[in-house]
Amino acid sequence: MTSRVDAGRFATTWLAPIIALLIAAIVGDVLILTFGQSPGAVYRLLLEGTWGNAYGFGQVLYKATTLTFTGLSVALGLRAGLFNIGAEGQLAAGGFAAAIAGLLLPAGTPVLLAAPFCMLAAFAGGGVVGAVPGALKARFGASEVIVTIMLNFIVLAFLNWIVATKLHVGESLHTPPINAGTLPRLSDVAHSFHGSAANATIILAIATAVAVGWFLFRTRAGYDLRATGLQPDAAEYGGISVPREHFRALTLAGALAGLGGVNYVLGYKQYYEEGFAAGSGFLGIAVALVGRNHPAGVPLAALLFATISQGGLAVNAIVPKQMVEVLTAVVIIAVAVTVPEVQRLVGAARRRVAA
Amino acid sequence: MIILAFLVQTLRIATPYLLAASGGVLSERAGIIALTLEGWMLTSAFCAALGSFYAQSAWVGLLCGVAGGVAAAALHALASIRYRANQVVVGIAINLLAIGVTRFFLRLAFDSSSNSPRVAGFDWYVPTGDSASEPIGLLASLVNPLVILGLVSLPAVAWMLANTPFGLRVRAVGEKPEAAESLGVGPARIRWAAVLLGGALTSLGGVYLALDQPQFTDNMTAGRGFIALAAVIFGNWRPTRVAIACVLFAAAETLQIQLQGLQLIPSQFVEMIPYVLTIVALAGVVGRAVPPAALGKPTGG
Repeated sequence: MTSRVDAGRFATTWLAPIIALLIAAIVGDVLILTFGQSPGAVYRLLLEGTWGNAYGFGQVLYKATTLTFTGLSVALGLRAGLFNIGAEGQLAAGGFAAAIAGLLLPAGTPVLLAAPFCMLAAFAGGGVVGAVPGALKARFGASEVIVTIMLNFIVLAFLNWIVATKLHVGESLHTPPINAGTLPRLSDVAHSFHGSAANATIILAIATAVAVGWFLFRTRAGYDLRATGLQPDAAEYGGISVPREHFRALTLAGALAGLGGVNYVLGYKQYYEEGFAAGSGFLGIAVALVGRNHPAGVPLAALLFATISQGGLAVNAIVPKQMVEVLTAVVIIAVAVTVPEVQRLVGAARRRVAA
Repeated sequence: MIILAFLVQTLRIATPYLLAASGGVLSERAGIIALTLEGWMLTSAFCAALGSFYAQSAWVGLLCGVAGGVAAAALHALASIRYRANQVVVGIAINLLAIGVTRFFLRLAFDSSSNSPRVAGFDWYVPTGDSASEPIGLLASLVNPLVILGLVSLPAVAWMLANTPFGLRVRAVGEKPEAAESLGVGPARIRWAAVLLGGALTSLGGVYLALDQPQFTDNMTAGRGFIALAAVIFGNWRPTRVAIACVLFAAAETLQIQLQGLQLIPSQFVEMIPYVLTIVALAGVVGRAVPPAALGKPTGG
C-alpha cells in the first residue's frame, strides 16, 4: 500500500512537469519548423550556448539567481494560499533600496559591513511593497491578485519618476553607482566565466532557499502559515489568526523578492536601472509552479527557466529568440492544466484500487 | 474648441478601454477572472494588422483580429473551464504567450522585431491641413465603426445581463454555479459562451488599436488590458459604472497629454490613477467593491 501511495505522490510531483516540458518541446518543434529550421539543430545550439560553455553557464546561473528569489517569493505566498503577482515591483523596490543604501555609505566601507547593510535594505524595500497587499488583505479582504498587479504598475511608475527626475546619471535611466557593497563575481575566482554576470549572490540565493525551507517546515510560524494555506477555517479554529498570517506571508514574500535586487545591483551593475526587474516577477510564478512551491524545487525550476531564457539568445541567429517566450508560456499553461488533471487521474486510479 | 478637442481625444482613448472592459465584465460576471484582457487584445491587434496587410482591407483585418482574439479566449476557456486549471496562472501565461507569439510571427511575417508595415485602416475621412483642427475635422475622426461599437458595447452588455435569458444564466454561474445547474443549464457551457463572447468584444479593442495606427507595433497594448480590468473592478462589475470608469481614466490621460507642456503633475502620477483608484475601491474606502461570488472557482459541469 505504501508503495502505491508513493507512486501517486511521484506522479503528482514529477509527472505533471515532465508532461508539460514534452508539450512545450512539441510546440517548440512546430515553431522551429515554421521558420524552416531543424529542431534538433536548434535544441543542440540551445544547450551548447547555455550549459556547453562557461560564459553561457555563468549567464544561466545569474538569471537563475534572480528567479530563485522571485520563485521563493511566489512559493511562500502560495504556501499561505495567496497569489503574489507583485514580485516584479517588489524586486524593483528591493534593487532600488539596495542602490540607495550603497549610495549613502561612505566610499571605502568594508564589503563585509556594506553588503549586509545593502541586503537588509533590499529585504526591507521589497517587504514594504509586499506589506501593502498584506495589510489590505488582512484588514479588508481585498484580493491580493488584483492589488499586487496594480501595485506593480504603481511602484514601477513611482521609481521611474524618482530616477528620471532626481537621481539619474546624464542621459541614462539609472542611478549613480554605489559607493560600497560590490559583491565579487564568479569570474574573479574562475577566470573562464569572464564576461558573465554570475556573482556571489548565488550563495545568498541558496542560503535563502535553505532558510525558507527551515522556516516553513521547522518553525511554529511556518507551520501556522502552511496551515492557513491548507485549511484557513481549521487554522482559525486551531487558534491561528488568518488575517495576521496573510499579512505576514505577503510581507515576507515581498521581502524575498526584494532581496533578489541584490543580484543586479550589488553583483552586476552597481546601480539601479529602469526595467532591470522586467519579466522576473511573472517568471517567478512559473518557477514556483514547476518547483511545486518547495524550497528545494524552486532553485531547480529557476535553473530550467534561466536555461530557456538564456537559450533564446543562443539560438537567435537561426530562429527568433522570442521562441523561448512562447515556450515559457506553454510550460506554465501545460503545468497548470496537467497538475489538476494528473491529480484527478491518480485519485481515480486509487479509488479503482480501493474498490 | 479646446473642450471639443478634449472630448474627442478622451473618446478615442476610451474606445479600447470600453471594448476590453465590456469583455471583462462579461467574463468576470460568469466567474472567469479576466486577467487575460491584455493578451486577448494584443493577439487581436496583431491578427488585425496581418489580415489587413494581406487582404488590404480593414474589414478583413477586423474579422482576422476578432478570430485571433477569440482563439486566445478559447485557449483560456479550455484550460480554466475544461481542465479546471488555476485561472490566475493561466491568465498570466496567456498574456506572456500573446507577447511571445506576436513577436515570433512579427519576425516571421515582416522580418521585424518592432513593427509591421502600414496596413489598410478605417480612414473613411482623413482631415488634412487646417481642417484637422476644426470642429468638423475633429468630429470626423470619431466616424469609425469601432469607436461607435465602443460606445454601445457596455450599454449592450448591461442590457443583455439584465434582460435576456443568457444574461440571467451568466449572472447565475458567476454567483452560484449550483443554482445555475438546477435551472437545467450546464455552467460550463454558459462560461464558455461568456468567455468567447467576451473575447470577441475585447478583440475589437485590439483591432481598434492596430487599425487606428494603422500598423502593429511590438507590445502595442502597453497595459491597456490591465487598465480595462481596473475599470471593471473600480466600476464594481456593473457595466454602467464600468463605462464611467473607462471614460474617467481616459479623461485623466487626455488631460495629462494636453497639459504636458505645463508640467503640473508628472506623467508617472497620472499613469498611476487607474491603479490607485482600483486599490482604493478594493479596500472599500468609497463603497466596497464586491466581486461575483464564484469568480475564479471551477464548476462541476
